Amino acid sequence: MSENTMTNEPLLSVEDLSVAFTQSGRETLAVDRISFDVRKRETVALVGESGSGKSVSALSVLKLLPYPTASHPSGRILMNGRDLLQADDGEIRKVRGNDVSMIFQEPMTSLNPLHPVEKQIAEILKIHRGMGDAQARTRVLELLNQVGIHDPEQRLNSYPHQLSGGQRQRVMIAMALANEPDLLIADEPTTALDVTVQAQILELLKDLKRKHGMAMLFITHDLGIVRKFADRVCVMTDGKIVEQGPVAEIFDNPQHDYTRHLLAAEPKGQPPATDTEKPIVVQADDLKVWFPVKRGFLRKTVDHIKAVDGIDVTVREGQTLGIVGESGSGKTTLGLAILRMISSTGRIAFKGQDIQTHSWKEMRPLRRDMQIVFQDPYGALSPRMSVAEIVGEGLKVHFPGITAEERDRRVAKALEEVGLDAATRHRYPHEFSGGQRQRISIARAMVLEPKFVMLDEPTSALDMSVQAQVVDLLRDLQKAHGLAYLFISHDLKVVRALANEVVVMRQGKVVESGSSEQIFDAPRTDYTKALMAAAFRLEAAPEGIVSV
Amino acid sequence: MDSRLTKDMENAGYDVLNPLAEETAPPPRKMRLSPINQRRLMNFKANRRGFWALWVFLVLFILAMLAEFVTNDRPIIAVYNGELLAPVFVDYPEEKFGGFLAVTDYRDPFIQEEIAANGWMLWPPVRYSYRSVNHDIPIPAPAPPSWTMDKEKRCSRYPLGAEDPNCNMGNWNWLGTDDQGRDVLARLVYGFRISVLFGLALTLASSVIGIAAGAVQGYYGGWVDLLFQRFIEVWTAIPTLYLILIVSSFLVPGFWTLFTILLAFSWVALVGVVRAEFLRGRNFEYISAARALGVSNPVIMWRHLLPNAMVATLTFMPFILNGSISTLTALDFLGFGMPPGSASLGELLAQGKNNIQAPWLGITGFIVISLMLSLLIFIGEAVRDAFDPRKSFL
Repeated sequence: MSENTMTNEPLLSVEDLSVAFTQSGRETLAVDRISFDVRKRETVALVGESGSGKSVSALSVLKLLPYPTASHPSGRILMNGRDLLQADDGEIRKVRGNDVSMIFQEPMTSLNPLHPVEKQIAEILKIHRGMGDAQARTRVLELLNQVGIHDPEQRLNSYPHQLSGGQRQRVMIAMALANEPDLLIADEPTTALDVTVQAQILELLKDLKRKHGMAMLFITHDLGIVRKFADRVCVMTDGKIVEQGPVAEIFDNPQHDYTRHLLAAEPKGQPPATDTEKPIVVQADDLKVWFPVKRGFLRKTVDHIKAVDGIDVTVREGQTLGIVGESGSGKTTLGLAILRMISSTGRIAFKGQDIQTHSWKEMRPLRRDMQIVFQDPYGALSPRMSVAEIVGEGLKVHFPGITAEERDRRVAKALEEVGLDAATRHRYPHEFSGGQRQRISIARAMVLEPKFVMLDEPTSALDMSVQAQVVDLLRDLQKAHGLAYLFISHDLKVVRALANEVVVMRQGKVVESGSSEQIFDAPRTDYTKALMAAAFRLEAAPEGIVSV
Repeated sequence: MDSRLTKDMENAGYDVLNPLAEETAPPPRKMRLSPINQRRLMNFKANRRGFWALWVFLVLFILAMLAEFVTNDRPIIAVYNGELLAPVFVDYPEEKFGGFLAVTDYRDPFIQEEIAANGWMLWPPVRYSYRSVNHDIPIPAPAPPSWTMDKEKRCSRYPLGAEDPNCNMGNWNWLGTDDQGRDVLARLVYGFRISVLFGLALTLASSVIGIAAGAVQGYYGGWVDLLFQRFIEVWTAIPTLYLILIVSSFLVPGFWTLFTILLAFSWVALVGVVRAEFLRGRNFEYISAARALGVSNPVIMWRHLLPNAMVATLTFMPFILNGSISTLTALDFLGFGMPPGSASLGELLAQGKNNIQAPWLGITGFIVISLMLSLLIFIGEAVRDAFDPRKSFL
């Protein structure tokens, strides 16, 4: 924490700010009279769950909201003593990217896919500093060096798709730093990144902040990040700041119920005990999914992308096998291959029966027993079907003989079981929150009473407190029905709460596997150690162990 | 009921025999629009021009569908010797009334007098069909509209002059006659009907084929898609108009001949859109979820993907309808359309071109065609607004 936190006058002062959105005559208040200060060289975190208004508040600072749909019924935003809300377009443009700059959550969509790195960064220098080509290039190289991009000369002409997620975020940061702003607004800058990359980016931001003496407004839902990086924290819910103060004070002695609720929201509980006596539900030996790389006129296969490269997996009844790894490590591909959703080689056995050679038609009766819950609660439900239709669809396929009333009753029961009011089953998915939608997805899988469920990052799109609830629900369902889970996640906290066996994957291969306690408490390989450090202590690993 | 389920339900604390009333209430029928459709309807109504265009078009369309009751050369109903007759629907031989023709000519004064003496008949507002020739026009055809002439002049060719009972409003040529002495208004009403019906049928049929073809290509992708796309490229390179010219040289063009030839080429219009929607949609997680449930491919395409593609399709449809109508009009204008004698807007335009001295032909044709196409475009715009995802989501 910086030592001069209390002595400085505020750099940014948000006073009594409200944001309202007007749609078809109806006005909704997204932010309700919030006030906070950001002092020089200080990091302030805005914490809250999705929909709490934290991003909207941050966007108001640079007037980036869709006006006139958005409006500010009250408030002032003072930057160096000037009210930004009153500034006209020309004035605010001089502030954007110059005094105040911003980095966004999704580095892929925040960069223009058609411009190379040099052009993207140089643009700001040319606009605000009036630099020429040569001058700008020198400065771009300097910035790329600062944000830790290797061989910056080589990267000048790279397009965003040629960079990894972490590198893209570094380029975004370079753009934000180009004009040495006084204040950097970071809107969930690491949410879309892997844990290891997240640790690196946070390290970088901290480093740069110290070097440049910037202040930072950090928006996040992750309390771990707040505790480690922020000086002060504002807790937001329903558009209001319910509590603010120094990080240590808030974390040690939370006053407001909501803060306590947030702090208690970490996934908890114990995974099922390992029991090698239980019958094996799914077993895969030497499973390989290779995608051919074809080149030349005759499309000859010159190489393979080895998404899954010789993996053995065993899942027992009532047990959970966790698959962890960074994005691109092949964990989802592995899960889909086991369910025969994509083709693979190697033996796959379901309840002792070899299913690798089954045709799509022969697989159909087995689909009842093997189900998937997907990551994105918004994409996984057809927006044009009611909840009853969505959950009942599998019943139509696998129990064609049952009556409509019977089907309806089973749907209602499945919804009750996942903690939803069965009376809401005639509504459409868009009327439900993210957590409720994920429960509907789970109900869709559970209504068929499967033996085996593949859970593909079922919690990663959810808020912390909702994550904890979904984890509890999954554990309860497992206990009640003796389900075998294949749990795929990059979130090690959730895996620790659910899985009794863990496989760590990297580039299609197993790095380490074993019981959950052993992997989490005594990791053997450097990679697993780095993963644990990044996930639980937000520590960046030394170079060479994890990807950049 | 599955015994395992019963047990589970009892374990979970349910009274299996007496489920809660609201739990088992039958789902409401689809009478209530889903919120998204309500919003679409609202957006459609918000576009006032499109909303009114729809009403105007519907009125015109219904009138045209009832053309036989609006403008016809035979009465709607007649009573003759105490017998109720419906000449609109039934072709009575003339001997019934003492004549000798196979089909009664009700415009014949002799038949009219015979029926008037032994009963009565009810004429439609305009007493011409699209084929009937007015033999009593005072000026050689094409004759100008009747209201441009005074009563003397108008009735000069009737046997009793101005006193003739047939020289009445029902026998007026409101929009004049064409160069064969046929009533322009009657031909307009019948021509409008056939244009719209032809357009609707062609749009519907080409949409069905286009959607099916696009769905298959988009969903299966790969070789199916590749081959089909190349085929479509070759197919669309064939010049339709010349093909029709060639075909009409050895086949008598009629409604269904034209329909078939045009359909063979118009179905490609929607393929691209639907294919794109299916290509996009097949990777959605809910499609994967349906596949994981074991739902079959046709059901996935029908239930999960088609609703996505329908938005784009419905948006395109009014414009395809317009295209179909103008194609038919163009062919008629060139003389390669409907068989000679049929009511058609294109033929009316051609007559207007050939008879510059009779401006009512060309002006009427122009006004009606542009009105019809404009109304459809306005409706199409409103439909597009209504389905605009930026307006109907969130």
